[in-house]
Amino acid sequence: MRALIYLLTFSAVIASGFWAYRENYATQQALKDVSKLNSEIADLREALSIQRAEWAYLNRPDRLRELSTINFDRLGLLPLEPEQFGLSSQIAYPQPDLALPALDGVVDVSNQEGGQVP
Amino acid sequence: MTAYLPDDEQFADGFDAEPAARTPLRPLARILKARETGENPDSIERENLRARHEVMREKSRRRSEGRLLFLGLAFFAAFTVIGGRMGLLAASEPMEPRSAAPGAPILAQRADITDRNGRVLATNLVTHALYAQPKDMVDPVRVARELAVIFPDLKEEDLARRLTDGRSFLWIKKKLSPEQMQKVHEIGDPGLLFGPREMRLYPNGRLAAHVLGGASFGAEGVASAEVIGTAGLEKFLDARLRDPAQAADPLALSIDLTVQATVTEVLDTGMKMMNAKGAAAIMMDVRTGEIISLVSLPDFDPNDRPNPLVKGDPADSPLFNRAVQGVYELGSTFKIFAAAQAMEMGLVGPDTMVDANAPMIWGKHKIKEFQGKNYGPLLSVSDVIAKSSNVGTAHIALMVGGKSQQAFLKSLGFFEPSPIEMVEARSSKPLIPAKWPDIVTITASYGHGLSASPMHLASAYATIANGGIAVQPTLLRRTSAPEGTRLLKEEVARASVAMLRGVVEHGTASYAKVKGYAIAGKTGTADKPKRTGGYYKDKVINTFASVFPAEDPRYVLVVTLDEPVDTSGSEPRRTAGYTAVPVAAEVVRRTAPLLGLRPEIALPAANAVTAVSQNN
Repeated sequence: MRALIYLLTFSAVIASGFWAYRENYATQQALKDVSKLNSEIADLREALSIQRAEWAYLNRPDRLRELSTINFDRLGLLPLEPEQFGLSSQIAYPQPDLALPALDGVVDVSNQEGGQVP
Repeated sequence: MTAYLPDDEQFADGFDAEPAARTPLRPLARILKARETGENPDSIERENLRARHEVMREKSRRRSEGRLLFLGLAFFAAFTVIGGRMGLLAASEPMEPRSAAPGAPILAQRADITDRNGRVLATNLVTHALYAQPKDMVDPVRVARELAVIFPDLKEEDLARRLTDGRSFLWIKKKLSPEQMQKVHEIGDPGLLFGPREMRLYPNGRLAAHVLGGASFGAEGVASAEVIGTAGLEKFLDARLRDPAQAADPLALSIDLTVQATVTEVLDTGMKMMNAKGAAAIMMDVRTGEIISLVSLPDFDPNDRPNPLVKGDPADSPLFNRAVQGVYELGSTFKIFAAAQAMEMGLVGPDTMVDANAPMIWGKHKIKEFQGKNYGPLLSVSDVIAKSSNVGTAHIALMVGGKSQQAFLKSLGFFEPSPIEMVEARSSKPLIPAKWPDIVTITASYGHGLSASPMHLASAYATIANGGIAVQPTLLRRTSAPEGTRLLKEEVARASVAMLRGVVEHGTASYAKVKGYAIAGKTGTADKPKRTGGYYKDKVINTFASVFPAEDPRYVLVVTLDEPVDTSGSEPRRTAGYTAVPVAAEVVRRTAPLLGLRPEIALPAANAVTAVSQNN
């Protein structure tokens, strides 16, 4: 009986020692991971701020204006001006299909002028 | 302690409640015996009393000894613990606690600045400074030669001399580009070292340079350097920008980058066309007092801020902010204040006829109109403003009176430095005459004899445009309109704007007719004062202070040109109507759509087909 108690006690001591050893190393590993992650976050933040600065630099109004001038052929961009505003009544809506009897290619009529048919 | 073995019998007396244990002081047996032998029984009592006292003394002595010992032990233990801890601290390696959970680590030491839509105006960039420790250097002469190749602004001889004269530390460059840093690395000398730096970057270059000001390094160390604002908003809000608690949230300004860029472009073109040596423009939201755009030309690059002029006129330096620092006699733009105040006091209405018979003689002074014209003998108040009659305004101002005129101009903010968030604004106080006789009342009514900055003029016009409620100008984004004091009745403010509209429709600012937008404004032409006294004949400051759209004013625009001359006609023209007005009109035409104002659309003339379709 006493031998059994001794055996159990010893094995408990060994087990807890093993557990403490593993916990110790696991903690140290976790600490290392955290500090690695922190420095990675700091690096990424720095990269982010550089990219934000670069984005702002590349999008500065002077450069955009120059680029739109250079690429005018392809883009046709002009500064916003009051003449570019309009009223919805000025829009030429597509004409509704009128259910008219088919005409056999006799008349050729264009209705380009008005743009709007009630 | 071993001596302390209390004998119950002995110790019970005196303290113990049980009288049975006590040795009686007069034991009957001994007393009787003593009486028999004829001894004094009192001596027995004395003897017993003495024995009892001895026991008591012995007991309290032991108790005190015990207490002293306990106290001694306690002190010993405490000092051992403290000493041990100190020894441990002294012997162990210092280490940061690694398991502490980091909150948000500080990103940058200075907060970003953005425009009202979050576009970056100023941010930080990580870079490196280069320094040398010549004592660790292998070959200082070769290092000096190679550094001079990398940095053309450094002289090889100077560098070689300073690296070899025995000093142990030397700053070489404050900022390095990554390419330069790589080249310095390739020199490979152990005496060349890099210190991390954060530098301020203004990605938009010259845009809004005067607003932002600039930043430079304060105290510099090897590991870091503090970045401090040197001018403008950066200096005024230095404490806010450097506050570590707010470093993560950018400071949002009221400036709109797109509008600012457009105003700068138009103003620059206008300045060149009008042959002006400088120009300024301020656009302000009349309801909130936010400055949407503030431009002063010529400008500078805040990334590479030029040094201030050491001699000559500071106004010639590009650093000079004409919109805020420049105090000018703003001329006829002031006339509307006299008219508005007279209407507020109920003295006149827009159609009241006033004396405008020029020239007007006041004491030894003679008040004339522009080019010696005469608009008189009588002119309605609206026409006084539209035609910009000095004499008419002078009569209105005399009706109002000097005291109340002074009080009104003061309430509009013309007597104090402008409250906007720039160091330059606080240091440029308007020039006000010390005394206020009637002749000052007359000249002040048409903007002569007192000087203020265009910023002052913009906030005063904003008061009129905001229905008579004063607004505080600000460079910071506001979410709601602040409470202001009412200076004018709403009808008076509306009538004043209508008068200003009249100036554009049939007055001196006819070039401000922009298709789609109704501008209301007042021109002002003032001769430049000589530094030696008197005025230049051919140097003027032209100002156009305007409000748009006139039917429901939202924005104030003040355009000032310094020494402009319009040479497109047969003779040079220097009045604001020919110089500042067309520039301001173009600014409105270009920026109003950007500000989200819809133009009034004039429909194209209807032809037969559309006329029919629209009638349906």
